[in-house]
Amino acid sequence: MPHDERFQELARSALSGRLSRRDVLRRAAVLGLSAPVIAALLAACGGSSNKTPTTSSGSTSTSESTSASTSPSGSASPMASPASSPEASPSAEASPSGSPMAMTFDPKVAPPVPDPSKGKQFSGQKITYYGDSVGAGNDFDKVLAAQFTKDTGIEINIVPKPQDSTQNFATYQRFFQGKSSDVDVMMLDVIWPGSLAPHLVDLSQALADEAKLHYDTIIQNNTVDGKLVAMPWFGDFGMLYYRTDLLEKYGYDKPPTTWDELQDMATKIKDGEKSNASFTGFVFQGDAYEGLTCDALEWIASAGGGTIVDENGKVTVNNDKAIGMLNKAKGWVGNISPRDVTSFQEEDARNVFQGGNAAFMRNWPYAYAEGNSSDSPIKGKFDVAPLPAAGGEKHYGTVGGWQLGVSQYSKSKEASIEFIRYMTSPEVETWRAVVGSYVPTMEKVASDPAVVKAMPFLENLQDVVRVTRPSGPAGENYNQVSTYFFQGVNKILNGEDASGVVQQIQQQIERVMG
Amino acid sequence: MNGTVTTDIPKKAPKVEPGRIRTLRGSQTRTAWLLLIPTLLVVALVALVPLVQTVWYSFTDERLASLQPTNFVGLDNYRFLIKDAAFRHSIWVTFEFSIITVIFEFLLGIVVALVVNSHFKGRGPMRAAMLVPWAIPTVISAQMWKWMYSGTYGVFNDLLVNKLHILDHNVAWISQPNTSLPAVAAVDIWKTTPFVALLLLAGLQVIPNDVYEAATVDGANAIQQFFRITLPLLRPAILVALIFRTLDALRVFDVFFVMFSSRASTQTMAIYDQQNLVSFSDVGYGSAISVAIFVIIGIFVVAYVTALRVERT
Repeated sequence: MPHDERFQELARSALSGRLSRRDVLRRAAVLGLSAPVIAALLAACGGSSNKTPTTSSGSTSTSESTSASTSPSGSASPMASPASSPEASPSAEASPSGSPMAMTFDPKVAPPVPDPSKGKQFSGQKITYYGDSVGAGNDFDKVLAAQFTKDTGIEINIVPKPQDSTQNFATYQRFFQGKSSDVDVMMLDVIWPGSLAPHLVDLSQALADEAKLHYDTIIQNNTVDGKLVAMPWFGDFGMLYYRTDLLEKYGYDKPPTTWDELQDMATKIKDGEKSNASFTGFVFQGDAYEGLTCDALEWIASAGGGTIVDENGKVTVNNDKAIGMLNKAKGWVGNISPRDVTSFQEEDARNVFQGGNAAFMRNWPYAYAEGNSSDSPIKGKFDVAPLPAAGGEKHYGTVGGWQLGVSQYSKSKEASIEFIRYMTSPEVETWRAVVGSYVPTMEKVASDPAVVKAMPFLENLQDVVRVTRPSGPAGENYNQVSTYFFQGVNKILNGEDASGVVQQIQQQIERVMG
Repeated sequence: MNGTVTTDIPKKAPKVEPGRIRTLRGSQTRTAWLLLIPTLLVVALVALVPLVQTVWYSFTDERLASLQPTNFVGLDNYRFLIKDAAFRHSIWVTFEFSIITVIFEFLLGIVVALVVNSHFKGRGPMRAAMLVPWAIPTVISAQMWKWMYSGTYGVFNDLLVNKLHILDHNVAWISQPNTSLPAVAAVDIWKTTPFVALLLLAGLQVIPNDVYEAATVDGANAIQQFFRITLPLLRPAILVALIFRTLDALRVFDVFFVMFSSRASTQTMAIYDQQNLVSFSDVGYGSAISVAIFVIIGIFVVAYVTALRVERT
């Protein structure tokens, strides 16, 4: 498209809500854009907030419904109204009846249980669920559990799981060691199915049809010796959040693609924003915990320094590229990053960025919905890009993602499975994707226009290489491998030279891997 | 009491055959044991069994929830422990923390105790208010302080940089290695000084008033009274307070865990132990560390108890 840059600019403005729908329409017409594209822009203009859409006043009478059903992907979806195919006239006259947005997404109203009769058999049973504890995750859990209880009569006792993954894993191990029935349904990190499999219920029979809906790769990850031990719930990967308004203010037309670019841009923006003493360039997860393993894995992989341990179990962390990259990261601390970034976890980083006090942030997708919530100071002023890489290297993002599984020692296994059936249903994943920007684990939901509209960033991140933490080769010693790694990296960020520390990490991990 | 009764019986009833006395004495002993058995059982169950178990585990390579069988490895865990720089570092961190906190808590505690022991209006509410920091669960107060220390939005930086202009830039109190230990020590001092003050206050209240009256009559001034009367008479209470605080400080866990999570440079003995035992599920090595901590704390207990005994004689 000849108007590529101007189009991008317009799209960004529309996304960030700086232009009214009328302006978008006018400018788009000047650019000579085709009708479907304009409709898509207008959809973005509707705002990425998840509240019930309000129809804009004035001459642009395009209804929300039309624009949503003609979103960029234009893919078929069960919710798309048959009246408005992308090729057909997407004009304002499209039928308002049977419109997809008749199904609105309210963060306080969960979708009903699709087939409550299955769950009703177990009415009156009570299950304990170790659920989300980051961001608004616990609020969504409460809304979903209340809906489930209303429809099936199964009571849910929600316990927010430990935020720290290392502790979370240890907690589950304690439960399993004692064959405890105090927990029924639990959230499981994508790296755990292998080591916790002996203690989890095989879901491959009960949820066979449902499993087919999810991405094959995640189902395979969750299948251990032919047992499906957990159902995929949402995906996660590291990505770069950046402030569109600040980049524009300082004359940058696109987000950084290399770490050096990020460093330059952050320095310039930070210098320019000196009047705000709390302002900083780049925030990430630097505390000594699992999150730092994820962040540092991205740094090292994107500098061509490997993945700590390779797939054959050989420890590879001690190499020049890894050392160079970690020393570069050390240079950020106290310069483009706040000095106390070395005790930041996800929520600390998000608080700074969402408070408008940082130009860049590395975080998981959940921060997107939080940043665009109605009371957020940076609503509509930020976007997402792949994390930078060293020149000539690929862009990497550490794979996270959470599954739901049932404990082998649960006393209400059937009721628990019904709860998982509901939680991982396309309806709930769609709702969570729209209200919380949780990345869906099934194609059917990912291509849903409402989801595409709520998470436009997924498009930009398609070429990012997903890198996994070395849980496979480390097996039951993964916690130890990860702890030595994040403790070492944290030491480097706190001022020690990388070459000595990395050598030590290499030795410690080699001893564990035996 | 018991002694007088048993010696009295033969004197007052010399004609009773020795066998009956033995029976009486025997039955008393038997009753005593009978009454003690439940207590001894409980102690054995909650203290002795876990202790023996821990020592046993420390000679094995036991791992929790592992598929590998457990092997007896002899002294391997201890051999590694002696060479383990991380553990040595954790001992050093713990000692530094204990010394700083016990000294400050004792000095501040005695000041607070003297203040609330004197007569002034509102002494009752003051004594209650003094205990507030101690009543807040450590995890909560540690998190509270963590926010106050924050290098980005913390109240300390706001005060020192924006309001009082003492510093020209924000300080990351709990992230920088050189301010981390003083920062966490301050939290513990804030929290536990009331406890020390309470123990010392109890000690102050048993010192009879007439001693001070006599001193006043003899012309001793307040400072002389403090060093010649208060301090010597307070010694038992001081020793008790110091024992409590030292042992508590040596096994500190919660404050550090909340503020620094798993950072290597600020691991105390207990946190290093927890990391191996719980996070790594390495029961064998974790137990060896536990035994080492037991021995280290044991040395302090013996030292204090000896000091206390010397005090009595």
